[in-house]
Parts: sequence; structure tokens; C-alpha cells
Amino acid sequence: MTQALIQLSDLGFSWPGHPQLLDIPAFRLEAGETLFLKGPSGSGKTTLLGLLGGVQKPNRGSIRLLGQELTELSAGARDRFRVDHTGYIFQQFNLLPFLSVRENVELPCHFSRLRAGRAVQRHGSVDQAAATLLAHLGLKDPDLLERRADSLSIGQQQRVAAARALIGQPELVIADEPTSALDYDAREAFIRLLFAECREAGASLLFVSHDQSLAPLFDRNLSLAELNRAATPAEV
Amino acid sequence: MYLFRLAMASLANRRFTAILTAFAIALSVCLLLAVERVRTEARASFASTISGTDLIVGARSGSVNLLLYSVFRIGNATNNIRWDSFEHFANSPKVKWAIPISLGDSHRGYRVMGTTEAYFEHYQYGHQQNLQLASGREFASDPFEVVLGAEVAEALHYKLGDKLVLAHGVAAISLVKHDDKPFTVVGILKRTGTPVDRTLHISLGGMEAIHIDWHNGVPAQGSGRISADQARNMDLTPQAITAFMLGLNSKIATFAVQREINEYRGEPMLAILPGVALQELWSLMGTAEKALFVVSLFVVLTGLIGMLTAILTSLNERRREMAILRSVGARPWHIATLLVLEAFALALFGVLAGLGLLYLGIALAQGYVQSTYGLYLPLAWPSEYEWTLLGGILIAALLMGSVPAWRAYRQSLADGLSIRL
Repeated sequence: MTQALIQLSDLGFSWPGHPQLLDIPAFRLEAGETLFLKGPSGSGKTTLLGLLGGVQKPNRGSIRLLGQELTELSAGARDRFRVDHTGYIFQQFNLLPFLSVRENVELPCHFSRLRAGRAVQRHGSVDQAAATLLAHLGLKDPDLLERRADSLSIGQQQRVAAARALIGQPELVIADEPTSALDYDAREAFIRLLFAECREAGASLLFVSHDQSLAPLFDRNLSLAELNRAATPAEV
Repeated sequence: MYLFRLAMASLANRRFTAILTAFAIALSVCLLLAVERVRTEARASFASTISGTDLIVGARSGSVNLLLYSVFRIGNATNNIRWDSFEHFANSPKVKWAIPISLGDSHRGYRVMGTTEAYFEHYQYGHQQNLQLASGREFASDPFEVVLGAEVAEALHYKLGDKLVLAHGVAAISLVKHDDKPFTVVGILKRTGTPVDRTLHISLGGMEAIHIDWHNGVPAQGSGRISADQARNMDLTPQAITAFMLGLNSKIATFAVQREINEYRGEPMLAILPGVALQELWSLMGTAEKALFVVSLFVVLTGLIGMLTAILTSLNERRREMAILRSVGARPWHIATLLVLEAFALALFGVLAGLGLLYLGIALAQGYVQSTYGLYLPLAWPSEYEWTLLGGILIAALLMGSVPAWRAYRQSLADGLSIRL
């Protein structure tokens, strides 16, 4: 069996003073796979993403990312590991409004030498990498690169966020309800673009949403409630 | 370096608050430096109220009191000294020049000083500057001539040839006037920025003449009165004067002459070194000056606390910004550094703008301040001490910046990547 990109086993987590929120006996995400993870708000998905990002530490169990046991790393090392290997896309307002579109896309390269190096290796320069990614995502206009991020439409902003998640080819892209602010047609178009870019970069996609209508587009889909033994029966 | 750019971009995004905050700091810095400059200059100009004079001599009292009435025209002499005591020392071989001073009358609140031509020749202020006439001439042989200080002439609108009447005593409103013996303005002095500007100068003869028919502090009545013309023909050598100033042939002799005067058997007298007495006086006034300085330091502190408040208030609404930065790989110490840099940048803008305001202010007010208060404010680079103050402000800003930095550090650890609203 090949090494999984993400491998969780016997994971348990609860916020201090609260009942057990997550209890996941086993979970795998394969390299290159696109996974739809359904979870309503309050089901612990944000917490799960925090654990995968190494922001929080589980109470027990193991989280392996690319074979690296996250629980064994220090907080600083987890931060570094996250930015080197994971790109994030959030619901909306993903961008720093006071930076230009190009600067927003290049942000991870300033904090990860690995991703900056990969961007330069593949595209010649970080600027070129940003321009190429944006062009693939349908933002071809060179003037747009230097505009303030908040002057773009929501749909455009989400594509910029996708470009930022993908720059420097992280192995994993985590998307947390990235389409909730888009209308249906735009959602599907956005996801197809995202798939294409993830495939090109060889990245796995973990897509978290409560919107079941998108699920058929993915390689696999799962419900967090099925995974999580701590979920209340009503959610299952 | 990249963090600094991020901090700048974030500040630029909140430019209205940022500019206000920096402006508050700029005003406080400007105030602090202005107070510091005026303080330095006031001290220097105070110390140069009188120069070139080796000893000031008066009736025995306190040295500050003697300095106050002889140089600053404040307060009164406790006693007079006899004319022959003055002559005794004025004719001493060690003495190069002597200026007698006779005080006690006034004109509309300005003091009148009786003296001799030696005053115009030897009295010096500032950097060994002699008095100069703006117009007219020194008083001459006629006793009823007056030379006005610059401020007296300006405030009371006197010009050459005007007649004025002196009042007995130094109260602002005097009921007893020497109105039988009016004086003619023959000269007006150039501005010095010292108490000379607020003085009317007459000859000792004039001083004697207006009091010649006075007995026991009241003017003679009826037939006892002596007219101005009669007085002109009388011997107007005074019996007593208030004080005198001495210039010596050799500075080395200063202490010897001082002791000689203090031990003079003719009458009890006190000789003081003006520089020493000035220092003593300044140390009395120094408290007010220090208080002013402390107040302006507190104003700077207020400006910095304003900055702290502005940054702390912004923290909550910037959680999203912090979370985005965390999601693209910024570690909590990056976030903390960002906030310290922000505080530092605000303070730096404030300090630079404050310097700009200061120089603008000095450039605009320089002429006015010099002509009105006799203070010369130089458009010079900040002194070493001023640089130290500015450096202190920046360090204080860094320390203050560490408060929101610490909070943001904690906040970004707790919030992680989740964006809560």
C-alpha cells in the first residue's frame, strides 16, 4: 500500500472544558485524490482542519502528513510544515485587501522557502508563477495583477485565493466552503478550474462543504459524521 | 524586510487613523523639542543679560536681591550707598571703569535709572555687545534729558523730542509726579532683549535735580520749591546712589576687590560676581523650567498612549488579517513583529513630522520671537541631547508596541486559521 497523504488514526480532540468533539478511528487521503467532506457547521470540521494544519494538537492519536507525524513536531515546526505542504482556501474574504492581487498570490512564497523555490524552478520567477496560475484560473488581464485585491468581484477573489493556495505546488490543498459565496454556475466552474490546477500541480484536494450538490464532481465523498464517532446521532 | 512592507501596507490601509495617530505624536514631539529649545535659549539669554561686568556692588543684602534690582529692575534696594564710597572704589587703580546706578523712580510702570555716560560706554550684554542707539544721542549736560529703552519707546509711542514726566516711586500707578521738571527724549536704544529695553535712562544729575527740593520723601511746598531752571544752575552731584558696576583692569583681581568692598569700613556693602549670582537666580527659576519640560514629556507619553490605544483597538477587527497571514505561513512571532514594526513606524513618522513642524514653526516665528522676547531660536540640527530625547521616544514606542504584539501573539495562537467574525 502506497503512503497516504493524510493518515489519521485513533484521533481524539476536545476543547478544554468541553465534551469530546472529534473521535476518528481512521481516515486516509491518497496523493492526488479529490475528496468531498460533508460537514454541517458545528460538526467539528473547522477544528479538524486546524488539526491537519498543525494549529492545534490532538489529545490523543496520530496525524501523519506526507509520512511526517505532526504530533511529534514543535509548534514552530508544525507552522513551517503547514506552509511548505498545504495551501488553504477559505469561504470568502480570503485576501489581504490592502495588497495587490499579485502580492496576495505570492504571500506563501515569503513564508516558505520550499514553495518559493518550487515556483522559481517551474516558472522561472515567483512573479511569473503567480501570473501563470492566475491566467490558468481565468484572470489573464495583466492590469488586474496590480489592482488592490478588494477591487475584484467575489468570484475573482476566490480564484485569486485558489492561485495563492496552489503557488509553489503544495502537496495538499484544503478548501473550506470556498464556494459558499458563489452562485451555482460559478461554483461548478470554480471547482473544475480548481481540479484542473490541482491535477496539474499533483496536489490532493480536501474540500469541506455542507453543499451536497457539488459532491458528485469529486473522486470520493465522505460525511464527517460517518467518520467521527463523537458525532451526535442526529447528525448521522 | 518583507514584514516591514506588510506592516506599511496594512497601515496605509488604515491611513486615516494612522495619520491621526502619527500627527498626535508629531505634535507632542514638536512641543517637547520647542520647550527644550526655548529652555536652552532662555537659559543662554538669561546668562547673557549682563556681561563684561566684573562686580556689582550695592548695600549689603542678598546677592540675588542685588542682582534683581540692579540688572533686572525687579524689587528694591534695602538701602543706598554713599557717593563717596562709590568714588573711593571708582578711583581705585585696580578699577578700569565704574558705572553708578540710581533707582527709585518710574514712568508708567517702567523703571527709571540714573547713571552716567560710562553706562553707554562700558555696559555690555550678550556676547560682549555694547548698547547702541537706534536714534538720537546719549544724554548730555542738561539734566532733563532721557534715553529710552526700545520697549519703552515702542509701547508708549515716544519719539525724539517728546516730553515726559517721571513719577516718584516704582508703583505702576504713582500719585506723586515730578511734573514740575519734565524730561525730553533725546535718544532711543536699540533692542537688546534684556531689561535695558524696559528702562528709562537719565543722568545722575537729572535724578538729583528732580529730588533736590524733596525732604523726607515728600516734595517741598510753596516757597521751598525749586524750579527746573533753578536746578540747572545748582550742584547736582548726588549724595547717594543705589548700586554700581565695576570693570577691572585684571580679572585676577576680582576676588581681591570683592573682599575689599565686602570689608569696606566706610559702610556695609556687598559685591557680587554677576555670573555666579545669575547661576544662583537661574537655579531658583529652574524649577518652573523643569516643570515645563516634565509636562511636555507627559504630552509625549499621551501621544504614545494614543498610539497604543489605536493599535489595540484595531486588533480585534484585524483578526481576519492575522488568520490569513497564519494560513499562508506566518508564525505567531511574525504577527507580533508586524505589530511592533507598526508601532515603531507610527512613532518614526511622528518624530519626523514633529521635527518638520518644529523647523516650520521656528522658521515662521524666529523673527517675531527675537524682536519680542529677545530669544534667538536657531534653525539648527537637533543637538545631541535632542537626538537622545527622540531616540528615547522611539524606544518607548517599541516598548509600547510590544503590548499589542503580545496580545496579537496570544490571539493568533488561539484563533489559528479559523476566521471568526
